[in-house]
Amino acid sequence: MTGFQLLGFGANGWGVWLLAAALMTLAVTATALAIGAVIGTIVAALRLSGSPLLRFLGHIYTTVFRGVPELLIIYLIYFGGSSGLTAIGRLMGYDRFFGMPSFLAGALAVGIISGAYQTEVFRGAFLSIPRGELEAASAIGMSSALRLRRIIIPQVLRFAIPGLGNVWQLGLKDSALISVTGLVELMRASQVAAGSTRQYFLFYIVGGALYLVLTSLSDRVFNGAERRANRSMPSAMGKA
Amino acid sequence: MDFAFLSSTMVTLIKAVPTSLMLFFLSIFFGGLLALVVVAMRVSGNPVLSGLAKGYIFVFRGSPLLIQMFLVFYGLGQFGVIRYSFLWPFLREPVVCAVLSLSLCTAGYTAEIFRAGIRAIPPKEIEAARSIGMSGFLLVRRIIAPIAFRHALPAYSTEIVLMMKSTALASLVTVWEVTGVAQRLISQTYRTMEVFLCAALIYLVLNFVILQAMNLLEYSLSRHRRALPPALKV
Repeated sequence: MTGFQLLGFGANGWGVWLLAAALMTLAVTATALAIGAVIGTIVAALRLSGSPLLRFLGHIYTTVFRGVPELLIIYLIYFGGSSGLTAIGRLMGYDRFFGMPSFLAGALAVGIISGAYQTEVFRGAFLSIPRGELEAASAIGMSSALRLRRIIIPQVLRFAIPGLGNVWQLGLKDSALISVTGLVELMRASQVAAGSTRQYFLFYIVGGALYLVLTSLSDRVFNGAERRANRSMPSAMGKA
Repeated sequence: MDFAFLSSTMVTLIKAVPTSLMLFFLSIFFGGLLALVVVAMRVSGNPVLSGLAKGYIFVFRGSPLLIQMFLVFYGLGQFGVIRYSFLWPFLREPVVCAVLSLSLCTAGYTAEIFRAGIRAIPPKEIEAARSIGMSGFLLVRRIIAPIAFRHALPAYSTEIVLMMKSTALASLVTVWEVTGVAQRLISQTYRTMEVFLCAALIYLVLNFVILQAMNLLEYSLSRHRRALPPALKV
């Protein structure tokens, strides 16, 4: 068969298979980014808090999850999660093995890593808010909840967009490692297609090209978001 | 805590550290050399060369390292030209494939870091050098390279820590470095947490040592700044 037939959408083509896998990559990365956003917010709050103990805990989190290979963290969540689930199952009277769902394990592992990077993004964004604005908000009598909602969150989100764009790109590339859990995302799908057709070179090139499409498209989305978020501040940030 | 198990795991994992370090040093060495070539093309001013360099950087930074590694490891052997060439005895080796793909990938990131360093050189310093008659290689050696390298060092330290972590992927093309051995231990013993803690500790120590070494290098390269009297400090 020619390359066109192999990659096409016909009966023997792998086109649909690869495109579906690319959507799976997007889905698992988006879930991971969302999990990471929750973790990142909490850990950034720890790192910015007044208590030295909480700051230290936050520091440990970012050091460990940015310093240890991503693959190792995926193994920890996937294998560790399965043993955990099996132990819980045994407590509840089910005497069999429970496997960690690979989507959940992958999204959680990449989310934990992404959370460590997002912590730094949110922390940096918070520190970029001019102090005077926070003081002004307190001075006119805003409660801390109102100040968070009206002053802090809108600005943190705006300052965080470029950093979040980088974190998203990292997440897309890290999501390829989730293939070790058997989840059929783009990497795993290329592996399966390559293995069953013996056309390794072709399918890894096509898989890689699809990743390039995903990364360059998301670059555009984030640039657009950044322009949009800064549309009311023409000179302050300059052109991206 | 089962200390006997922890210590035996630690010993097994430490035996794999030399493999990880070898992957690391070889790939930052070859990746660094390649990055110099790519960045030279990128800033050459020749549209063809700089276009090629841009393409290289786009491809290797935009796709996951794992797929690049599999392409080298599984993809190249598919071609008779390579299978029957003098290169095959090397390219058949998983370690060679791992080092090759790690170097190719890091070269893309490093080239961008070096380029940022070059862009940070004050144009006046280059003008001054030209005005006293320096040009070509002498200008690069005496003015551009030292200043650009100093500017690039902080970002380069981050990149080489990322490289240390990336060596873990070599386990997926059957090179038994620390993460690969850890994975084997996990699937033999099902004691994920203990094995993870030992392996994580090894990587954290390695990264700490690398960062300290880079800080030392940065410090030793900034002597001319420290020598300034306090009043003139920037």
